[in-house]
Amino acid sequence: MTRLEKNDRLVRLGLLMIALSAISVLAIITLFIFEQGTPIMFRYGFKSFLLGQDWYPSEKSFGLLPMIVGSLMVTFGALIIGVPLGLASAIFLTEFSHRRLTRILKPVIELLAGIPSVVYGFIGLMFLVPFIRDNFGGPGLSVLAASLILGIMILPTVISIAIDSIRAVPDSYREGSIALGATRWQTVRMVVLPAARSGIIAGIILGMGRAIGETMAVIMVAGNAADIPGSILAPVRTLTSNIALEMAYASEEHREALFATGVILFIIIMILNTIANVTSTRQRKK
Amino acid sequence: MSCQKQVRDYACSGSEKKGEKRLLSMETEEFKPGRVGAPSAGQENSSSFFHYSRFLVIMILVLMALFPSCRSGRSGHSLVVAGSTSIQPFADKWAEVFMEKRPGEIVDVQGGGSSAGIQAVLTGAAHIGMSSRELKGDEKELYQIEVAHDGLAIIVHPSNPLENITIEQVKSIFLGEITTWETLNGQKKAITVVVREEGSGTRGAFQELVMGKSRITKKAIVQDSNGTVREIVSRDPNAIGFISLGLVNDSVKALALNGVKPTEEAILKREYKLVRPFLFLTRETPSGLAKEFIDFVLSDEIQELVHKEGLIPVRRGSRPEGSR
Repeated sequence: MTRLEKNDRLVRLGLLMIALSAISVLAIITLFIFEQGTPIMFRYGFKSFLLGQDWYPSEKSFGLLPMIVGSLMVTFGALIIGVPLGLASAIFLTEFSHRRLTRILKPVIELLAGIPSVVYGFIGLMFLVPFIRDNFGGPGLSVLAASLILGIMILPTVISIAIDSIRAVPDSYREGSIALGATRWQTVRMVVLPAARSGIIAGIILGMGRAIGETMAVIMVAGNAADIPGSILAPVRTLTSNIALEMAYASEEHREALFATGVILFIIIMILNTIANVTSTRQRKK
Repeated sequence: MSCQKQVRDYACSGSEKKGEKRLLSMETEEFKPGRVGAPSAGQENSSSFFHYSRFLVIMILVLMALFPSCRSGRSGHSLVVAGSTSIQPFADKWAEVFMEKRPGEIVDVQGGGSSAGIQAVLTGAAHIGMSSRELKGDEKELYQIEVAHDGLAIIVHPSNPLENITIEQVKSIFLGEITTWETLNGQKKAITVVVREEGSGTRGAFQELVMGKSRITKKAIVQDSNGTVREIVSRDPNAIGFISLGLVNDSVKALALNGVKPTEEAILKREYKLVRPFLFLTRETPSGLAKEFIDFVLSDEIQELVHKEGLIPVRRGSRPEGSR
């Protein structure tokens, strides 16, 4: 074996080790969460965790349904607000605005992603919550407030990935469409967007991941009542907030129940990611 | 905050022990490269062990520098105080002042909760237990000393015309039976109920003193600190909540309970009902360092500090000396 070949093998081995260590950290975290969280679920039954509506850990009542519903509602709300706004911004910045304007606006939007979530939460608490309370009623701390804040927080992700995938559509497509007599909007709607679809969906999935995992901002504006919200003006608690809110003093079974919350969050994220991946690859095949 | 504290205390007690062992071995073996490892081991082996042990010593020194409270003389006695997380932050401060005055003594304050504290004294794992609830059943065997009182205030927005409320009304509100202010102050507005999270000492005290066995409504807004509860109540004209008495300020209004304003006087006379004791517990009549520390906490100096921190000091003069 020559020296170069030896070197090559060494590099390969080194890289393999590094890659493995990254993956093993992931594996260890997963194992740890399941190891800590599943025993209590077996003890009380999966059904009582998934479908129980009462969360009173001090009385051994560990129903997580309000938090599961809460997480899904808030994430869905964030997508309803964030996706149309993000997509519209991306279309404008790629197809309709001046190149120079885009060059200024895109970095500004990406800067939004750098603002810490606690700042979003604080602004939400100071301005959005009183606004909702005074104009729509309820305590202000609500599904609506959390969805609005999260919708804004996922904008940078949705916009920048949508811009990249719209830009990746070859100009010949647009030229062809316009040559056939289509207007600019028709071109965007019927040619560019379908061609960029899988990238746009990937951006939405990433945004969804951020929304469901976000904790700090949600704790500050959602009100955290462990109850299935009756309206979008009612307070709500998400799975992540449930863990962060109560971990300080939790011990024994209460602590295990918080790990169980983590297990369920883990499973929900896996399911959502799989659905999203399957739909996007299916679309690509078409 | 208290979570961080606990972690630090844990790190302290751990590194302290290790530190002692290490330093001892340093003294006896004089820390020579050839002698630290097993003398019979080969040269390469012992030198690598030397590197390893030097690394350990450096690590421990760094750790000790990071956690200054562990540094106090290792020749002194060590007093373990454990229990209620409500008392812990205060006890930490008292211990700090105590250790400043008495160099060489170590007071190690740990959390864990009232029940854990009581268990720790019973089993001898701690010299002094801290409990923020009254003792029950067998626990009454312990020797208890009241060191301070902590009161709960029922707070509303300053603009709320309501001044007085009964414990029964408070209970109905937090049960979710009364949902509007109409019967209380005439305003046809929905009540925003604000509570602390499950597991917090303040919620525990409220549960015990007001709710009894009944559950707090699920619709209540949950916040994870006294400060945020106060913040929410100070911003929402329809809100009601409870916080530690010492943390009430002008941004909220503390209601009178059954006609009794939550003043220091009313608490000492036991007229204001939402008060819980801060107890120090020992297995036997306190003696030695434990007695010194308890006496120190009951001294005018610390009781003044207690007052400044928003707790209610135990009355001077007729200071309870503990009861079986």
